[in-house]
Formats: sequence, structure tokens, C-alpha cells
Amino acid sequence: MGYCPNTEKEQQEMLSAIGVQSVEGLFAAIPAALRAKSFDLQQGMSEFETYDRMKGVAGKNSSDILNFIGGGFYDHIIPAAVDHLSGRAEFYTAYTPYQPECSQGTLQALFEYQTAICRLTGLDVSNASLYDGATACAEAAMMSLRVTGRNRILVDACVSPFSREVLKTYLFNLDVEIVEIPPLDGSLDRAELGRLLDATVAGVIVQNPNFFGTVEDFTALADDIHAKGALLIASVYPIALGILKSPGEMGVDIAIGDGQSLGNPLSFGGPSFGFIAAKKSHIRNMPGRIVGETVDKNGKRGFVLTLQAREQHIKRHKATSNICSNQGLCALRGLIFLSTIGKTGLAEMATLNRDKAEYAKSRLASISGVKLLHSGPTFNEFTLLLPRSSTPVVSTLLKKGIAAGVPAGEYYNGLENALIVTVTEKRSKSEIDRLAQAIQEVLQCN
Amino acid sequence: MQLIYEKSIPGRSGVKLPASDVPTAGALPSALLRKESAGLPEISELDAVRHFTNLSRRNFSVDTNFYPLGSCTMKYNAKVLENSAALFAPFHPMTALLPGGEEFCQGTMGMLHELGGILAEITGMDEVTTQPLAGAHGEMTGVLLIAAYHAAKGNRAKKRYVVVPDSSHGTNPASAAIAGYEIITIPTAPYGDMDLELFKKAMNDEVAAVMMTCPNTLGLFNPHIKEIADIAHSHDALMYYDGANLNAIMGKVKPGDVGFDVIHVNLHKTFGTPHGGGGPGSGPVGVKKALIPFLPTPRIVKSDNGKLSLQTSNKGNIGRTANFFGNFGVMAKAYAYIIMLGKEGLIQVSEQAVLNANYIKAKLKDWYDLPYDMTCMHECVFSASKQAAQGVHAIDIAKFLIDRGYHPPTVYFPMIVKEAIMIEPTETESKATMDAFIEVMIEAARQAESDPGSFAAMPVTMPVTRLDETKAAREQNVCCLE
Repeated sequence: MGYCPNTEKEQQEMLSAIGVQSVEGLFAAIPAALRAKSFDLQQGMSEFETYDRMKGVAGKNSSDILNFIGGGFYDHIIPAAVDHLSGRAEFYTAYTPYQPECSQGTLQALFEYQTAICRLTGLDVSNASLYDGATACAEAAMMSLRVTGRNRILVDACVSPFSREVLKTYLFNLDVEIVEIPPLDGSLDRAELGRLLDATVAGVIVQNPNFFGTVEDFTALADDIHAKGALLIASVYPIALGILKSPGEMGVDIAIGDGQSLGNPLSFGGPSFGFIAAKKSHIRNMPGRIVGETVDKNGKRGFVLTLQAREQHIKRHKATSNICSNQGLCALRGLIFLSTIGKTGLAEMATLNRDKAEYAKSRLASISGVKLLHSGPTFNEFTLLLPRSSTPVVSTLLKKGIAAGVPAGEYYNGLENALIVTVTEKRSKSEIDRLAQAIQEVLQCN
Repeated sequence: MQLIYEKSIPGRSGVKLPASDVPTAGALPSALLRKESAGLPEISELDAVRHFTNLSRRNFSVDTNFYPLGSCTMKYNAKVLENSAALFAPFHPMTALLPGGEEFCQGTMGMLHELGGILAEITGMDEVTTQPLAGAHGEMTGVLLIAAYHAAKGNRAKKRYVVVPDSSHGTNPASAAIAGYEIITIPTAPYGDMDLELFKKAMNDEVAAVMMTCPNTLGLFNPHIKEIADIAHSHDALMYYDGANLNAIMGKVKPGDVGFDVIHVNLHKTFGTPHGGGGPGSGPVGVKKALIPFLPTPRIVKSDNGKLSLQTSNKGNIGRTANFFGNFGVMAKAYAYIIMLGKEGLIQVSEQAVLNANYIKAKLKDWYDLPYDMTCMHECVFSASKQAAQGVHAIDIAKFLIDRGYHPPTVYFPMIVKEAIMIEPTETESKATMDAFIEVMIEAARQAESDPGSFAAMPVTMPVTRLDETKAAREQNVCCLE
């Protein structure tokens, strides 16, 4: 029980070495009045019974739903090597590499991870991971406040509603104004942004592809934003970066995103990891752990946690962030995923996603009464306009085992008929055809 | 060892993708495309397997070495927990958020709801949110809950301060500062706890919260905790419990019973989930009744007929703190751990953790300074000041231990102890392992006397010797250039 190995005899020997009669004597410093009056938990069980119970819990979820939903988490392939290598206990039962000599495995892997994120985003520096994409968005916003010394954030409302909610939660007790720019046909309303952009703005947050799936180029925008002394923050989807213009190429200052799609299972929403990359000039304002290259006493290459003077365990309330534990193992999975998929593989995978989504788009948009929200380019997500509210359509199809998409009306006023559909490389042509058939039938029914 | 990028051969690949069964789409406009593919490795699967397997061998870990890293509770992570979490890999979190979707996620939602209930019972709280993704994230969530509580009473502008003892984890003041508060730090008294008289003087009606770790980072239980809570409450300041040290008191004390209003729990410490080389953790937050209206959404609620549903309205509460429902996979492991150990098992965990720490303390106190010499809880804090006088510092003793196959204890924390060596063996270590460790610690103390100069070269058994941290900070090479 409890994986406590010491026998009665050993415990007695230890107690006499300490000089107390019983284990209870070690708790004597806790006044009787403060003792727990109850501890109302069940009896324990064997690991075999535990595993059966866990199977029972999992069995209460539906496991055979055909997924056309994204919303920030995506059903992608995971090479078998990812599970096996990240499952090495030397990785997963270690902790933060405070002692670098006996942690070179974790440290080098994180350095390689940072490199992968820099190369994907086209930016200079990355940290060793944040919690998730939504909290990374809030951290990036706070970073822009520190860099500029200003207190206003502009957010394109095409950014994930979850990220925007987390941003508001993080900042609600600070004197910071968050201004949302309502979407224009599923894209950033650039005229409105131009009207709002002035010298009080610390950062402008956009997403590519955005929550509706729209792909945009923010290159010209970056110049306008920099002219006002603000930072451009872009939330990006790492699989899409296999083909899409990188944040670095667009002039983005801080790129963020969720790393779930890089080798981390859906797992009902976590753990995944958040990534953050930036231009080198902002490195001292970055949150979280950063691994740096150096040499040992003999001139041999090695890796250490660096710039720790930014962090809470040194700077306490003056730290750039409160983060301590990050999502190291999930970031390692991301690195193993990117290493095995590789340079050409990621581009192929991105292309495959887009091809499948384009097929689905043309199939679904040809259903009578169904249109596209807009005609602009998309990646593996796109938004349909149904002839009626998408909410009952989705709930009806869910009962038939198809998660047909995310009803946009749940998150945006005036888009009650809109349905955001996601198609990854895992969906086959016949599954897409099944979705089209099912939507057509539901729409004909009423 | 070469970087994985240095093993790259143009044209090599590790994964074959499924062939496309749909027509090729027309190209995107070139303005939307990247000029070159990202410079990722081009290696075979075997190259990757050898690379990462060999990298893993350059780590100390709980499964390979005794890892008494104080404050981190590096206990053994049972293998059945890994199998349990894997059962939930296919479930998409958005399913639950679709109209009518809750019905399809009763297992996962039910588990989170039940885990919240169990953690509430263990900590003496009224409700728990499982959304926070790590300990510090839980702290920030907790402080934001406190901010929302004061704001709802019209006291947002008035409540400006958060009080922390100087022995606290750095995350406490950092979390409070991120959430918009100024920090008041109270020194530690010679009796090893926050100075009660200075605390009384510092308290006023502008204090929003007092953040305490109990037992504190010296491993000591504060017998005045109820009095501190009463004083805080008399100023309408709320009591925050940093659950980092919960492993010491399960079944013995419930923080909610002794005056705490908000608590975070580190599932990766107390509840046996692995630390992952830095994460993922999980930091559920428990609150007393008065704070329930402010808990993050989506909130999982259970109706009388046992059905679980999501409450998503964010009126009056602090809103989302993370994308979805927290680090579910970590929580599945913690849930499995708790139901496996059960009531008696968890009590035994705390008792044996405290026994082990006191055993090491008793065996080493003749060799190392013990600045606060009293019965400790789950960890003990020595000082290498005696050795430092010979020129051998805490960091040198750490490197000595590495050469002997031990992950060092936490050193230089808590900051209030000079040359601190903070040892937390946890309950899963055997007397034999600890006896061997004690012998090596004694050997280090002896060698510090007899040959202090010998420590500078340590460690010598690792892939690298001591690393130049100044060079790393100066050059800031944090990614490998193409």
C-alpha cells in the first residue's frame, strides 16, 4: 500500500534513531485542536482493480465519434516512436534540470525543441514551453505590456474565443484595457484595426489560421503596428506552418500557439503545451525556462537553464512570469514528432490536411442551401453558412456519431447559422462523404 | 553528443504518411506560403530512436536514482497510472462543448467531478476547480478568485496587498504580482515560522490575502496558523494555502479546517504523477463556499439524477484560466493513485514521508548545521555553513553527490537559510536507500574537512563537467542556427 517499502522492524529502527516512540509522535507539533476531524475516503484497492475502474470510467465516454471538430485541439497522427521515446522513464520521472551535469538529456532535448520552434516560426528565440496555447496568448500579451510600458491590447475577435477569455481572466485585476475587433466576414477587420491603432497600444493579437479557418497575410500590418511602436503577436497552428508563411516572414514580434497537434493526444484537453517565440531583442522579457548552450570546464559543449534572473525562484515578485513547472514532457513529444515527421514530412502533412479540407469544402458547399462564410483561403478548417441554425444540426448529427463541426453562434453573435468544420489528414474521403450525406439529410428533414 | 539537426541528411525521412485519397487542391496564393520548408531534422526512425534513447541516458531520474529534491516531492510514479491515462487519449475536449455533447463525455466529466470532490475532502474545502495546469497556475487562479471576491464587495481599489512570509516559494509573490498585487514580505522568526509580531503589525484593511505554505519550506508546521487566519479574517483578508507540502499532512490536518479559504494542490507532487522533466503538472484549486461563485468556467456540475453538465456562463466569475478542462491526463493519473491508495494508503503516505525525513535529519545533524532544529514534517533543511567555512559550498556537496549517483537535494532554497540543503526523501524510499545516501553525505562532510580542494573538479562521472553559466547568459545561444 502507498508504495511505502519500510517494514515494521525498519520503522522501529528509524524511530529509535530519531528518538520518538511512534510515528504519531512526529506530528506532536500540530495542536490537537487543528487535527482533521474526518477523512472520508474509500478504502484502497489493488492496481488491477484500479485499472479496471479506470477502464470503466473511460467506457462511459463515446469512443466512436467521427471527428470534424477542432477549436484549438486537432486529431492528428502520432508516430509510435513518440510514445515509446517520451515514455523513457529517464525523461518522464526527472524534473526541472536544476543540476545540469546530470540532466543533459532533458536540457539538450529542450534546446533542440527551442530550435524546432524557432525554425517553424521563423523567429530567433523560444522558451522551453508554456502551459497551453490560451495561456501562451495571455503571457505574450503581458510580455508586450512589459516591452512597451503601455497598457492597451487590441485583439482580433477571430482569435480563439478560449484564448480571448483566458486573456481577460489573466488581466482583469490589472489596469489594462483589452479591445476586441469584431470579425469582418471571418477575417480581421483591418479598417477598424487602423482606426484603433495608436501610440497607447502595447500589442495587437491575431491568429493564423483564425478560429474560422481563414488564412491571412499580416506582413503589411506588421509595418503599421511597428510604426506605432506596438508589437504584433500571432497565434499560429504548427502543422499549418509546414506550408504557411511563418510569423518571422510576416514581421511578427511574438509567435505563440498550442503544441497539442505536435504528437500529443487529445486526452480530453490536456496535457499539451504552449509555445512562445520572439525576436531576440525581447529575450529578457520572455516568460518561463530557457535553455542555453555553453561549454564545460574542458571546453565541451553542454546546456544549462539560462537567464534565470527573469524567473520567480530568483526574482520573486519582480519575475517576468510566475511559471515554474511547464509542460516539458509534452514539448519533448513535440520535438520527437517534428524530428520523425521531418522537414519534408511536415510540408506533406500540411498539404494533405489542406487537400482533404478543400475536398470537404467543395463537397459541403455544394449541398443545397449551404454556402461558405467567405471565399478566402483556408487551411484545414473552414466555415459553412447553413440555411438555418447550426446548433440543432450539430446535436442531431452527434447522436448519429458524427461531430460535424463547431457551431460558431455559440461564440459569435449573428453567426448562428455558421458551422466551423475541421478536416485533418486522418479523415478519409469516404468519411468526408459520410459527413456531407449526413448534413444533407438533416437539412432536408426540416 | 551531436544535436539531432547535426545528424540530418537531406532527403531522409522517418515517417511515411498515408497516401491521399482526394484530389490535389489548387495552390494557395504565394503571399500566404513560406519561402522554404522549416529546417526540421531529416533522419530515419532508427536515428531518432537512438538519439532520444541515448539522450535519456544522460538524465538522473526517480526510476534510476534517489532524487531527494526538496519541495518537489519526487516520489515513485506507479506504472499503472501511465496505463490508466492512456485510456483517455482519443477523447476530444470540444465534444463536451458541442450542443448536446455532455452526454458523450460522462466518463471524463464524471472523473473530474469526483476528483474535485475527493480533493475537497482531503483539503477541507467546499469545491474544487480542476482547470489550473500547474501549481503556480493554481496560485494565480487562487489569487484571481480572491481579487474577484474583493471586487464583488466593492473593495477592488482598497485591497492592494498580498502578504507572504520570506520563506515562501518564489511563485507565491510572483503569482500575486502577476494578478495585480503589491507584496508585503514578513521575515521568519528564530522559531522557524513567520514572525507573528511583525505579521500583526503589517496587517491592515488593505491586505487582500495572506499566502502561506504549511508546513512551510523549512519543513515545519506552524502551530499559530489558526491565530494567523483569525487575524487575517479580521481584516477581511483571505487565507491562501500553497499546497506544495500537502504530502506531509494528509488525514492529519485539513487546511480548510484551520482557517484557509483557498488552496492549490500539486497533483504531480502529492498524488504521484510524474514530473516529466519539468512538467506537465496539474494544480487544482479548492475554495470555501464564499468563493464558489467566482470559480472558472466551464464548471462541471452534477444534477440530482447523477448526470454531469457544463456550466459555461461567465457572469461574475473569473472566466477561463486555460483552454479546456485542465491537464486531464495528469488528473487521470492522480485519480487512479487516490482510488488505489484509498484512505489508509494516503494517511500512510504522509506518515512515512515524515518518518523518512526525520530519520535523515537525525542521522545527519551531527555533520551538517541544522538552523531550525525541531521535528520536521516531510522535508528537512540543513546548511552547509560548516563546510562553507572550509571553502566547500552547498553546490559542491551537490556535485559530490552526483558523482556518487544521487540527484542532489534542493540547494540555496529556502533563501532565508545560508547554504541551504533541503532534503525531501518522500515515503517511497527504503531505509536501505536512505542509509546509503546518509553514508555518502557523511563522507562528503568528512572530505570537506580533509580535502576541501577536491570538490572543485566534481562531477567527473557525467557527460560534462561544471558548465559555464555566465557564458550561456552572455551569449544567449538558445537555438541552433541553420
